Amino acid sequence: MYWILPRLANGPVEMMPAFKSVVARDFTLAIRQGGSIGTAIGFFLTVIVLLPLGLGPDQQLLQRIAPGALWIALLLSVLLSADRLYQTDHDDGSLEIMALSSTPLEVVVLAKASVHWLTSGLPLAIAAPVFGFLLNLDTALIVPLGIAMVTGSVALSLLASLGAAITVGLRQGGLLVSLLVLPLYVPVMIFGVLASSGAQSGIDNSATALIILVAIVLAALVVTPFASAAALRSYMR
Amino acid sequence: MSSIERFANPTRFMRLQTTVQPWVWIITLALFGVGLFLGLTRAPADYQQGETVRIMYVHVPAAWSALMVYTVMAVASIIGIVFRHPLADIAAKAAAPIGAAFCFLALATGSLWGKPMWGTWWVWDARLTSMFVLLLLYLGYMAIWQAIDDPRRASRIAAIVAIVGFINVPIVKFSVDWWYSLHQPASVFRTDGPTIHPSILTPLLIMGLAYSFLFLALHLIAIRSEIGTRRIRQTELARTGALQ
Repeated sequence: MYWILPRLANGPVEMMPAFKSVVARDFTLAIRQGGSIGTAIGFFLTVIVLLPLGLGPDQQLLQRIAPGALWIALLLSVLLSADRLYQTDHDDGSLEIMALSSTPLEVVVLAKASVHWLTSGLPLAIAAPVFGFLLNLDTALIVPLGIAMVTGSVALSLLASLGAAITVGLRQGGLLVSLLVLPLYVPVMIFGVLASSGAQSGIDNSATALIILVAIVLAALVVTPFASAAALRSYMR
Repeated sequence: MSSIERFANPTRFMRLQTTVQPWVWIITLALFGVGLFLGLTRAPADYQQGETVRIMYVHVPAAWSALMVYTVMAVASIIGIVFRHPLADIAAKAAAPIGAAFCFLALATGSLWGKPMWGTWWVWDARLTSMFVLLLLYLGYMAIWQAIDDPRRASRIAAIVAIVGFINVPIVKFSVDWWYSLHQPASVFRTDGPTIHPSILTPLLIMGLAYSFLFLALHLIAIRSEIGTRRIRQTELARTGALQ
């Protein structure tokens, strides 16, 4: 926590305006450049379409694996856009300007992770139950799946931002992001699928699983901004 | 704090390591001798598994050590990142390949044990899965050191990876246990028999101690070689004029 102390000595910093302006800037960039939401949804659709083609058109099998398959597609799509999270801002130096400003870098990290969630996790979580029809998703699971995905994707974006921060200065960062983030995604995946599967596996644990999923999201919310900001700072010194 | 600073000096560490190293090797070999002798010849064979149960004396301590080494790595990383302790960074880096090897050994012997017991090389068992995730954490940590050239920057980034991974390990363990208990297949080999008899427990604990000393021996050598590598690098850089 040593890196907070000097700033606290200068008195409290007003953080919300900075947070909002970074969110507004990055969101505008993502929308105007186009592609980021489209790529995520396109990739998501590709996985969903390829799955029945690979496994065969058995409706019962598809219904059984639908929640898990949708979660895998969500995870891969979020990972796909992860390594570009800080890349452009690091390359053109805007990240250093943000690091030098009075706003803590942790707030900038949080803002960027929020935008990543708004442009990949959230649209996918909304689209997933709709694409679920392609996998014969049980209609009773549409609402739990949507809730679990909206919640879980927050953690996915936060962890992806950590992976992106750790590899921002590296040439072959993309591959490394997957290796680093995969172990962190395991708990999110397990409780995400459990929270969206209802009583499929016999006993209905989805409520408990959702609570644990929320706990994981909160833990990620506490740990990742500090870890990501520390990693970004080490690349800038 | 004073003792931490005392051993921060690499030269002092090198001197200490030279004196301690032979003794650590002697203790390691003695423990392995006793542990393997008791485990392979004196301990009883299992009434169900026969002689294959003896894989346990290699397998279980390897899994313990893999977890212990990750803890050592994470603690060294915390000391390195908080106190800017140069030797702690080196200790964390040196521990990773050894821990990964223990982890791989645990997975490989588990696989060899699983073939006669479960009839298959790999089962998505809760323990296997969490060990596999631990191996991935080790590989990610080592990949960071590979990818970043500047050792000071690499040590800070790698420390962040190790600490986040350390927080992640119990969460993965918990989630995988939960996941496995829901998907548990009908017939499964039970490891939790009745209480362990001393004739099995004693060699197991001796083997655990032997692995710990093996780690200590290898770790000391790995730290020494890392310090040497860095000194060569410094000398080379100074000679070619890159450090002015």
